[in-house]
Amino acid sequence: MIEVEGLYKSFKVAQRNAGVTAAIKSIFNPQYKTVQALEDISFTIDEGEIVGYIGPNGAGKSTTIKIISGILVPDSGKCSILGNTPWKNRINHVRNIGVVFGQRSQLWWDVPVMDSYYLLKDIYKIPETTFKSNLDLLTATLDLSALLSTPVRQLSLGQRMRCEIGASLLHDPKILFLDEPTIGLDAVSKMAVRNFINTINQEKKVTVILTTHDMSDIEALAERIILIGKGKKLMDGTLTELKNRFVTHKTVTVDFAASTQDLSIKGTTVLSRTKERISLAVDLETIKVSDVISILSQNFDIKDVAVNAQPVEEIIVDLYKEFQI
Amino acid sequence: MKAYYSFFKMRLLKGLQYRTAALAGVFTQFFWGFILIMVFEAFYRSTSSPQPISLQELIQVIWLQQSFLVFVMLWFRDSELFSLITSGNIAYELCRPTSLYGFWYARLIAQRLSGAILRSLPIILVASLLPNPYGFSSPVSLFSFGLFFVALTLGLILIVAISMLIYIFTFYTMSPTGSLLIFGVLGEFFGGLILPVPLMPPLLKSIVYILPFRYVADLPFRIYAGNIGIHEGLQGIGIQLLWIFVLLSLGNLWMKNALKKVIIQGG
Repeated sequence: MIEVEGLYKSFKVAQRNAGVTAAIKSIFNPQYKTVQALEDISFTIDEGEIVGYIGPNGAGKSTTIKIISGILVPDSGKCSILGNTPWKNRINHVRNIGVVFGQRSQLWWDVPVMDSYYLLKDIYKIPETTFKSNLDLLTATLDLSALLSTPVRQLSLGQRMRCEIGASLLHDPKILFLDEPTIGLDAVSKMAVRNFINTINQEKKVTVILTTHDMSDIEALAERIILIGKGKKLMDGTLTELKNRFVTHKTVTVDFAASTQDLSIKGTTVLSRTKERISLAVDLETIKVSDVISILSQNFDIKDVAVNAQPVEEIIVDLYKEFQI
Repeated sequence: MKAYYSFFKMRLLKGLQYRTAALAGVFTQFFWGFILIMVFEAFYRSTSSPQPISLQELIQVIWLQQSFLVFVMLWFRDSELFSLITSGNIAYELCRPTSLYGFWYARLIAQRLSGAILRSLPIILVASLLPNPYGFSSPVSLFSFGLFFVALTLGLILIVAISMLIYIFTFYTMSPTGSLLIFGVLGEFFGGLILPVPLMPPLLKSIVYILPFRYVADLPFRIYAGNIGIHEGLQGIGIQLLWIFVLLSLGNLWMKNALKKVIIQGG
């Protein structure tokens, strides 16, 4: 459905130091630096997938989204989305996609949201029945009913974002690009947006590509992760694969009836120990978590057990470190 | 087509909201019109040789200039479009299945039209109540009024085609100030809005007739005043059509080219 092959893009960035002298200098002798934003990016995405496109700031996430949504022309490379090359058949291509740029607005600032929706209806030539059923679905799932008659400038960020996402789905796009859709949202709005993305993915088979810095977005939504850094693709796989590869330790915490017995289990290190509680880091390569628990239960009168995996955030931080990005 | 129409409508409605701005504009234009009329009256009184345009005709032109100011001035602009380009919010415009040129064109026409609707009628109305020779009078004939109407409409289409070039230029310069100033001043001068074209020296006049600017305001207004006859008027409309064709093609082509190189600013 989406095939990207060998995408390259570089930008010329003006460079100068702060200050008046540097500014005057740069009038006569402007300095430029070429920044390789994308270097040989390739991937294939099938229908109905939700893909999390992640990487640190400046990795090239937004550049990729811009290129595959047809608004930026790459230096070289191939891309075919539903048979169209985005930057060559822009108008045909954008009919099939919906885009949300988390930091920009597509709604008309001065008028009620509904006016923008009607305008989009005419722009995309959405048939009346489709428009109505889509609007009903969006209103119900995104809880928009109270917002549609409000001018956009009077909406809060979270409310506006819900309307933005609604706006990008009115024309039944087959693919949805979300560039940081949950930026700046509170927990409740984030949940609403995530639930909604899951719903349309399951009910309408919309393929979703999202970039985000919020790892809980990824955990809640994405089956598959593409990690890029400094313009290069570093990893492409499922979240489980990622975890299996990088989660080497789990933490087992046990509460028990007071005891002062000493204990050392091979393959574990004690993180903390009180009279009624022990916390162990378990090296999964040496010993299984279940074995650790059974040893503990033989020695203590266990009241409560908690097993914690390394949170995805930390895995990502480790990943960034490993790839030195 | 419907998309352009609803976009146009939305823009028109937005423009009609600014009633106070329009009222202030009406007063300014009146004031300005009077100054111009007084200057030219003094000029006509001090000369005895016959001029290529009579004071009566010139007064008609001046009132039309003042009332259709937003139709004919190049500096009348949509600053939202400039900020779309410089801030990168053009990203969303490019995600729509429409030609960006056509879309912006509809938007600019609507903006000028909504500005004119609120301003032109009050000025014309009050000006026509003024005593002779300062007042605005009815056209010389019904046919020349029809011709005036056609030329004015084509003039609007033409000026938006010219102004589109300024917007496209901003893709390269990232700041509209310079091109706006140069285009604005040149357009105003060569359009006969500072010095009426008939009063220009022959050499300058021949330059003005080569450039597109005078076909925006000078042609329709002088047709109305009767200074340009039916025959010359029809000829002028032909040249208007030619310029519109040339500038629309050029603008479309340039826009396509610019979009290939455009960098969407911001992350």
